[in-house]
Amino acid sequence: MDYFLTEEQQMIKELAARIADEKVAPVARELDEKEEFPYEIMKILAESDLFGVYIPEEYGGLGGGITEQCLVIEELSRACAGVAVSYAASGLGCTPILLFGTEEQKQKYVPDIAAGKKLAAFALTEANAGSDVSGIQTMAVKDGDYYILNGTKQWITNGGEADVYVVLAVTNRSKGSRGFSAFIVEKDTPGLSFGKKEKKLGIRASATREVIFTDCRIPKENILGKEGMGFIVAMKNFDRTRPGIGAQAVGIAQGALDYAASYAHQRYQFGQPISSFQAIQHMLADMATQTEAARALVYATARMIDAGAKDFSKESSMAKVFASDVAMKVTTDAVQILGGYGYMRDYPVEKMMRDAKITQIYEGTNQIQRNIIALELIKQYASKK
Amino acid sequence: MNIIVCIKQVPATNDVKINKDTNTLVRDEAQSVINPFDTYAVEEGVRLKEATGGKITVISMGIPKVADILKECIAVGADDGILLSDRAFAGADTLATSAALAAGINKIGDYDIIICGKQAIDGDTGQVGPELAERLGIPHITCVRKIEEIKEDYIRAQRMTDFGYEVIECSLPAVITVVKEINEPRLPSIKGMMKAKKAVIPVWTADDVGADKDKIGLRGSPTKVIKTFTPEININTEIIDGAPEEQAHKLVEKLLQLQIKVPV
Repeated sequence: MDYFLTEEQQMIKELAARIADEKVAPVARELDEKEEFPYEIMKILAESDLFGVYIPEEYGGLGGGITEQCLVIEELSRACAGVAVSYAASGLGCTPILLFGTEEQKQKYVPDIAAGKKLAAFALTEANAGSDVSGIQTMAVKDGDYYILNGTKQWITNGGEADVYVVLAVTNRSKGSRGFSAFIVEKDTPGLSFGKKEKKLGIRASATREVIFTDCRIPKENILGKEGMGFIVAMKNFDRTRPGIGAQAVGIAQGALDYAASYAHQRYQFGQPISSFQAIQHMLADMATQTEAARALVYATARMIDAGAKDFSKESSMAKVFASDVAMKVTTDAVQILGGYGYMRDYPVEKMMRDAKITQIYEGTNQIQRNIIALELIKQYASKK
Repeated sequence: MNIIVCIKQVPATNDVKINKDTNTLVRDEAQSVINPFDTYAVEEGVRLKEATGGKITVISMGIPKVADILKECIAVGADDGILLSDRAFAGADTLATSAALAAGINKIGDYDIIICGKQAIDGDTGQVGPELAERLGIPHITCVRKIEEIKEDYIRAQRMTDFGYEVIECSLPAVITVVKEINEPRLPSIKGMMKAKKAVIPVWTADDVGADKDKIGLRGSPTKVIKTFTPEININTEIIDGAPEEQAHKLVEKLLQLQIKVPV
């Protein structure tokens, strides 16, 4: 389908696709097996300017938006979702600085992130806080010109690899959702350390680690926005980054569809290619239709946000929930089309199926996404009465 | 350091067709790419520039479409591209090509080093680089796999041979031709691609560069192609069936039958 991308978007998409095909695909299997962070690929993405596609030009970026970011994530995900999320998570860490940072904070942190010299990360999740943000235990206590952070974040994408962390902590427990604040923490801050690296089902090239704060003193000017705005920082950030997870899902689905369709054409059973069987044809037709529908929803949402829409929580959730469910289904079907071969690690589709699963879970589970969509619907229809 | 890189457009090797009537390459249908060895020349130029500063000018002789390939070089870090394009350049062999390039390079003027790929994958001669150096009256080092040291007026480089490498020093300006071992070419950047899109590639004719018409194009080419042909493929393949041991026996029998000596 033609989405009438601008010339610049087309350029970004083609370059990302080239990197995916030439640099990522050949090593995707090995990165997955060894659970190795893709340093080399991050360097290539940096040199190609792709870390800056969504960042304004005044901070060293290319001046694009969510659409450009989604194009890169989608293309990389076609080859390896673990590589793609390492790229995307830097955006998840940078976006709150762009949204809520002071001019000084933006000038200090964003240009290096745009150039890919530094990776960023966003640290919210804890052992008892994921879908329910109010469960956060990490405390930030004011002490003169500093905040002192104590607590442990878990499952932080780019943990240990990123140089800049945006961290959610409690500043006033009694204020409920207004009791959280967001802070920028640099990697070399004393009191910041990293715990165990998780062993995961999929996206195994990405680094997922504990981020531990032990009397970690943060200059008070490192607070993002005002004290008490942490919850809003997190929600506004996710609103803008969920389409990226949708794009990741679309890329994974496209990769699986590409592989399954070409396999079906080459695989002979009963004296003919299995693509001549209607059972396979209908599966492929559904996979292609669903993938395209997911892409259309992700692009439409990204463009809506880039056009300056004020409220897009619902659309952003729809893009994420739909595309990730599609990715899970399409990759499962791809494994089915390859049959026994699909189940083997010699073929790439089992990895895609493992990778797809996370898109239904992270940056808000699909159940939470449905809550957001339903809440918006209720608001919308209640106001009509 | 002012760097000039010479590149050539060649047919993409995965897409070569021969016209059966004329026995020549079907150039219209063939997709054209930058000669792969030249990508290492461009990359080495960019690395030299990054290390020493200066400017990279990429030059090529060819049809107007070659401008697209010169733009690709700008996307990976070259500053300018120049295309030598004129009917008078057509039909050139390596000697006439070197005359055209030398005339173009003399017009560019101020240069410290000229980098070429070691050979083009279509002609495979590897002659243009050394011929160019002769015409310009400067030294050359072919098959460079590493620049050990480079200063304002001096270069020391490793020249790859079949058995190892030689270390050669010479004065600058000089021509070097590079092998693929020298580096790994980078991919373009978005900013580079945008610069390339906006770039205007000047086209210089034989008159523009003051080329001697007797030395360029078909007229300046002592090499004449008498005939080109596609070698007839006449191989009979026979698949030997059976268990491995059985296959080996049958194979030896065949070879003995054909009186091919099997070393024991």
